Amino acid sequence: MTDFSDAFAAAIDLVATWDDDLAEIIGLSLRVSLTAVFAATLIGLPVGAAVALFRFPGRSVLAVLLNAMMGLPPVVVGLIVYLLLSRAGPFGVFGLLFTPTAMIIAQTLLITPIVAALTRQAVSDLWAEYEEQLRSFGAGPAAALPTLLWDGRFNLITAILAGFGRASAEVGAVMIVGGNIDHVTRVMTTSIALEVSKGDLALALGLGIVLITIALVINAGVFWIGRVAEESA
Amino acid sequence: MRAAGDTILPLALQDVWYNVDGVNLLKAINLAFTAGVRTAVIGPNGAGKSLLMRIMHGLIKPSQGTVEWQGQAADGRHKSLAARQAMVFQRPVMLRRSVAANIEYALKLIGVASAERRERTEEILDKTGLRRLASSPARVLSGGEQQRLALARVWARNPEVLFLDEPTANLDPAATHRVEEIVSAIHAGGTRLIMTTHDLGQARRMADDVIFMHRGRVFEHRDTEAFFAGPENDLAQAFVRGELLWWRKGEGTGGRRQPRHEKYRS
Repeated sequence: MTDFSDAFAAAIDLVATWDDDLAEIIGLSLRVSLTAVFAATLIGLPVGAAVALFRFPGRSVLAVLLNAMMGLPPVVVGLIVYLLLSRAGPFGVFGLLFTPTAMIIAQTLLITPIVAALTRQAVSDLWAEYEEQLRSFGAGPAAALPTLLWDGRFNLITAILAGFGRASAEVGAVMIVGGNIDHVTRVMTTSIALEVSKGDLALALGLGIVLITIALVINAGVFWIGRVAEESA
Repeated sequence: MRAAGDTILPLALQDVWYNVDGVNLLKAINLAFTAGVRTAVIGPNGAGKSLLMRIMHGLIKPSQGTVEWQGQAADGRHKSLAARQAMVFQRPVMLRRSVAANIEYALKLIGVASAERRERTEEILDKTGLRRLASSPARVLSGGEQQRLALARVWARNPEVLFLDEPTANLDPAATHRVEEIVSAIHAGGTRLIMTTHDLGQARRMADDVIFMHRGRVFEHRDTEAFFAGPENDLAQAFVRGELLWWRKGEGTGGRRQPRHEKYRS
């Protein structure tokens, strides 16, 4: 138990003193995860909405697939991206393996299904309410898509947040494709794993505290913005 | 307002049936609607009034029979048809944006350019008394205000035919009065009105002719005055007297199948 309280005290101290290495790790984590969330949103929102609105062969299979892929194991995604980006792989020529770009690609693949599946559900519920009215106005699915994304904006923020939560918390994918290289691809989750295996619990715990705090701040901020916006819409 | 001949009317329904899982919800409907007048469709719950409106509006295809717009402007150009006739639902969906943006949205969908959209929106805001609510979120409006906005959205499009499904259900007399004023103003602008109502007083006030429906059939279609003076159909007589209508064996004027059950279903 003393180990734990010592480590905790050291962790607080570490966060309070704030050195450059810590800032670098946190900065890279945010850069990788936020970029992945941005890309996943760009792909996931229209794809999810399209699956909800358009009727085409294989639509329900795709819906089930999207839901199933919400639970993709990060290490498997990491492995697939590793194989694709490795020297012998189809995209080996770009030399992306063990770079932050590879980590962004892996996280984007990991969370796009989450954003798309949650978007599909939200848009599908909204379409049930809006369909008759919009069709009466003369809007088919194609015209309804941007309307529903806009009118469903408060639910879609939750979908995007779920994606961010998954990206910032996972360790398997970034570990495999990034390699946890100091000053290059070391992010919060991979360094926590490393420091724990080295026995440096203070640093691991400090990073853990920062990680949780970031998640809390982002969620609280979005919740607050969402509530203010919802009251005026 | 519109050039002579530039019309989608008359609307003709020929032998229209609609069934779901073998249950006939509309039976052998034959109706014709010409320009100018206002029609009220009345009858008890489950008569098929709302369904008939949706079929005429084009949201639902009949299982059998035809719904045809026969005017010169209706020659198979579906896009123009959709823009020329509109419907206000019993529970209109308010888009999650401002009152003015709701009106502009309805205009955008029929391809009105943005400068004209703003102009028409301003005009309609004044005509419907929604000016002071222009930037309020549509979802926080009261029931009466929402119904006015629903009318504003379709009025801005200046439709040739307007379907109204229970436009004043659940509204108090003051709100009902304002809605009826707007509906009358829309009619005065040359729009053909077809509305359903539970309110017989509203049918008297707002309609030139009345269609009485019960259990998926049209039993009577006459001038409002003549209808209320003395309906020919015995079910319509009972309905006008304010009696509760449900099936009893042997009731109604001939030519109908006997009901399969006598139980009252609300």
